[in-house]
Amino acid sequence: MNSKTSLARLSFLLFGFAFLYIPIVSLVVYSFNESRLVTVWSGFSTEWYSRLFDNEQILEAAWLSLRIAAVNATGATILGTLAGLALARFGRFRGRTLLSGMSTAPLVMPEVITGLSLLLLFVATEQAFGWPAGRGVSTITIAHITLTLSYVTVIVQSRLASLDVSLEEAAMDLGARPASVFMRVTLPIISPALISGWLLAFTISLDDLVIASFVSGPGASTLPMVIFSKVRLGVSPDINALATIMVALVTLGVLIAGLVMLRRDRARQRDMQMALRSDAS
Amino acid sequence: MKADATPGERLAGAVRTQLGALVGLPPCRWARTQLARRGLSGRTAVIAVPYLWLLLFFLVPFAIVLKISFSEAQIAMPPYQPLLQWAGDRLADIRLNVNPGNYLYLVEDSLYLRAFANSVQVAAISTLAALLIGYPLAYAIARSDTRWRGILLMLVILPFWTSFLLRVYAWIGILKNNGLLNNLLLWLGVIDRPIVMLQTDFATYLGIVYAYLPFMVMPLYANLEKMDLTLLEAAADLGCRPLRAFIGITLPLSLPGIVAGCMLVFIPAVGEYVIPALLGPADSLMIGKILWTEFFNNRDWPVASAVAIALLLLLVAPIVYFQRVQGRQAGERA
Repeated sequence: MNSKTSLARLSFLLFGFAFLYIPIVSLVVYSFNESRLVTVWSGFSTEWYSRLFDNEQILEAAWLSLRIAAVNATGATILGTLAGLALARFGRFRGRTLLSGMSTAPLVMPEVITGLSLLLLFVATEQAFGWPAGRGVSTITIAHITLTLSYVTVIVQSRLASLDVSLEEAAMDLGARPASVFMRVTLPIISPALISGWLLAFTISLDDLVIASFVSGPGASTLPMVIFSKVRLGVSPDINALATIMVALVTLGVLIAGLVMLRRDRARQRDMQMALRSDAS
Repeated sequence: MKADATPGERLAGAVRTQLGALVGLPPCRWARTQLARRGLSGRTAVIAVPYLWLLLFFLVPFAIVLKISFSEAQIAMPPYQPLLQWAGDRLADIRLNVNPGNYLYLVEDSLYLRAFANSVQVAAISTLAALLIGYPLAYAIARSDTRWRGILLMLVILPFWTSFLLRVYAWIGILKNNGLLNNLLLWLGVIDRPIVMLQTDFATYLGIVYAYLPFMVMPLYANLEKMDLTLLEAAADLGCRPLRAFIGITLPLSLPGIVAGCMLVFIPAVGEYVIPALLGPADSLMIGKILWTEFFNNRDWPVASAVAIALLLLLVAPIVYFQRVQGRQAGERA
């Protein structure tokens, strides 16, 4: 690789990452600005953070969103794992194409369509069966599970597809029932995929504005809904403070996950080397 | 259990043992025999549970949208007329209220056609811009030292994990009249009065490119990373210049990655609501925004449903194409 191409590569990287990170950095910097105007830097202050923590509406919405996200992520992980398992391991079965289509379509479906269609479903079932009596937390959770279970399905399916079936077959040959093969062999191996699926489902739910706005009812405003109604009126520094907290948490989470994975990789490599050495001796 | 297991591993092990034991508990055994007696194996249950969920909450809702798109609006709750109406006591008095008027309305009022055309145009331009920024980035990452690749890739995904809404919001502070970018340009002396950037189509493009860039980079990286580099070496040995080798070899080989990335940006961008609502002009003709206004402000559910169905028809070809590409790739991996 000559110096000209590596210079070009470096400039691609610099430009790309500058584009990705300058807006985020500007959010963080101006969250510490004293002035309400983003234009002028008038000195360091943590005023907007204390204002944020005094804002009952935002805190309540954040707590609601976190609860919905946790329940959603758990439900989506269970359903998505089942769907991924069926698609990756059960060969051909009747309706496989439909299941595969239904579990990947929400990935690219415009949110306005998913939101509208689910709301109309809830209105229709409320009319016909009296359920759900009023919309709110439960309808948002159901809508989010439907959206995010496809992400889990795709992750689990591709993890299972890249996995050797011989371990599972060996367990079957040794007389384990399918359920216990799944619990004791498959589940431990795919657990990293389940964790990343859970986290992804959690994040998407925490972040969703459009679908939640459609299926929510009075009294259930999630964090994105509150942020959106504030942001529509213009820049407000306490939202910058909120953004900074979220960026910090996400960065911390990703760093921890990265370190854990790195350590696991190293441990695995060490184990493999030890095994090779004991083979040789 | 290994003696040197970390607390986390020990906890995970305990959870697994508990779960394993749960399968053997009497209620579970009873459920299993009941299912088996009805000819339902655990296998069927594994398929059936997500299947039923998706049928009920994904497919049936579309049928309802389709139904309501053919009904007439009325001032009531819910604000549409039922398709089947009992006009009298006898069975023959069923009146079928199929009303194609909502679709005719979409065609007659040029607003909707313009909105559809505009949405496709905005999405296409943004997709192209995302490709022009994303391809060099993915290429540079894929050709970096292996030690750096993981970290660089993580840096691309990291913004995706932070809030979409807040990332779009960040651009308001940058683009507004007294925002960062205008101040920078004024300070540099490039312009002598602020240019209006917020609430323009330019801002919409920028927002879409920014928000969806990771979706473009990921499939491109996956494709470029596994490319056989000996082809390029052979080309170079035969006297091919790097640029020609790139156009003749790298670009055609990365076509599947380009297609996947473009689909992942284009399809959601056509129906995008948040970005045009926050960054675009107030009268922005994006179909997602029109649907939202029709539904929430005008409370015309049948027309909103007709818009949704039309949007779906517009996107069905790219979605099916995308799924086939996805399926083929999953098949290759297996």
